[in-house]
Amino acid sequence: MLRSPTTWLLVGQRLTIAFITLLIVSFAVFFATELLPGDVAQILLGQAATPEAVAGLREAMGLDRPAFLRFLSWLGGLATGDMGRSYVNDIEIAELVSGRLVNSLRLAGIVTAICVPVSLTLGIAAAMWRGSWFDRGVSIMTISFISVPEFMVATLAVLIFAVWLDWLPALSYGVNVDSLGAMLRAYAMPVITLSFVVCAQMIRMTRAAVIETINTPYVEMALLKGASRSRMVLVHALPNALGPIANAVALSLSYLVGGVIIVETIFNYPGVAKLMVDAVSTRDLPLIQSCAMIFCVSYLTLITLADMIAILSNPRLRQ
Amino acid sequence: MTMTKQRTRSLRLPTPANLGYRFNWAGRIGLTVILFWAVIAVIGRWVAPYPVGEIVDFDYFGPVSGDYWMGTDYLGRDIFSRILMGARYTVGIALGAVTLACAGGIVLGMIAAVIGGLFDTCLSRFLDALNGIPSLLFGIVVVAAVGTSITVLILTLAVIYLPGSYRFARALAVNVNTMDFVTVARARGEKTSYLITREIFPNIVGPVFADLGLRFVFIVLVLSGLSFLGLGVQPPNADWGALVRENIEGLSLGAPAVVFPCLAIASLTISVNLFIDNLPTKIRDRSD
Repeated sequence: MLRSPTTWLLVGQRLTIAFITLLIVSFAVFFATELLPGDVAQILLGQAATPEAVAGLREAMGLDRPAFLRFLSWLGGLATGDMGRSYVNDIEIAELVSGRLVNSLRLAGIVTAICVPVSLTLGIAAAMWRGSWFDRGVSIMTISFISVPEFMVATLAVLIFAVWLDWLPALSYGVNVDSLGAMLRAYAMPVITLSFVVCAQMIRMTRAAVIETINTPYVEMALLKGASRSRMVLVHALPNALGPIANAVALSLSYLVGGVIIVETIFNYPGVAKLMVDAVSTRDLPLIQSCAMIFCVSYLTLITLADMIAILSNPRLRQ
Repeated sequence: MTMTKQRTRSLRLPTPANLGYRFNWAGRIGLTVILFWAVIAVIGRWVAPYPVGEIVDFDYFGPVSGDYWMGTDYLGRDIFSRILMGARYTVGIALGAVTLACAGGIVLGMIAAVIGGLFDTCLSRFLDALNGIPSLLFGIVVVAAVGTSITVLILTLAVIYLPGSYRFARALAVNVNTMDFVTVARARGEKTSYLITREIFPNIVGPVFADLGLRFVFIVLVLSGLSFLGLGVQPPNADWGALVRENIEGLSLGAPAVVFPCLAIASLTISVNLFIDNLPTKIRDRSD
């Protein structure tokens, strides 16, 4: 199947679409941050600045060039890793971002490592015993977590684990993570909150993917010939559901992007999202642009990955 | 005999039950909570026990008591009054945004489905690309650039959710577009505007309204998220997300001032989901 030219054509097509999407997205980000606010030089210097000073700064920053040229040079800079300098403290943005990016990726990695096994187990089990009290319980839990804001999950987690049970520190991120215990305590609250949010999505999608496979005639045949319910799901349905499940996992991981913004802010976690929200209060536009692009690229990567898994795993999508 | 029958029919009110729609109990609970918050959004200012911005208690983060039903906030203001007033911001902004997003998305989606061709391809590609920006991030970037106000919030949220609404409406409209009666109408020489309003829209209106409800929930969540980050409704006014942000310091004290605004958001979003999930299939899946 992997040798068939149509498969690779489709994958190539999907990658091209992702690339075009990325171009449009970057234009939208550039448009929102550079063209909507009006005169950046005026904003930087404040209301009291003389017109000469504003004109001088505008020339020094290259703001007198046409917007489209500025967009192209900004895009070229991004592609080569040159993200420009921060307005506020005049440090290279790449330098500001790199350490924070490692922190955010570590958080995302831990959450993924927890969520994938938990959600697959619960999702497949819920599909296996569809309609049982277990399935209903899981469904009600996941729907509740999906329909409330992320900060509410965080608030509840703090109330339960820090205030009532007194196991973990409430809203502080410990800077001195010297021992393993201290590190666990520092990561616990953000990880718990994010895991709940992402798991809820992943369980729902996994359950739906497995149930769709169970509803096919050949699985019904397995049940009719006398296979047990678990054999029917694990042996007959699951191999064919693997593609949709992988697709569901990649898609629900994209919820990390939205969740991480709230969670890093509420727990004061030094990641990219916290950097960006802080940059909003100082109106540090180049920094916001770079952080926004990092999030957009990771989001697009996950969505494209999900699509490609779907294409590669389902022969019918290739025709 | 026939006369009386016709008479009673003409007197019947067009309530859902009379139109042949049945709601189960979960849907009814959802609808009740939605209507409750809708009424509060309109009359909240007048039924609040205390003036909204007034400091009424010397104690901050006060507990639930007979005087202050939901405790007091970080300045000693009555949380119950502030939640009643916050309903106006949360429900109002979300309703405005969802109306704009869905009106725009549905009209564009139907036009794209009827016209087809290059127009359809370009518009679909462009809006799909906008869908590639995480919604909360989109909001943060726009608010960072132009500052926040209620108008900006409504417009931004509308732009964020227009692509999804477009995609949904277009998919439905494409199905209807292949039906015989549309072909007949086209053969009659009807204009695009007639096709859209008379032939296609009546056939997709049910699912489209169900979709509108779900999109309303997403908008409430993103709006609360923005307000929670301090980028939404600005003090002294506060929607429910902003109320949580204001009082987040009280979290380590277990103050009711943090819990009740959260519960207000959850009650609204969960009941909309409940209502939409339990809509009669007659409304929801009419095109299937």
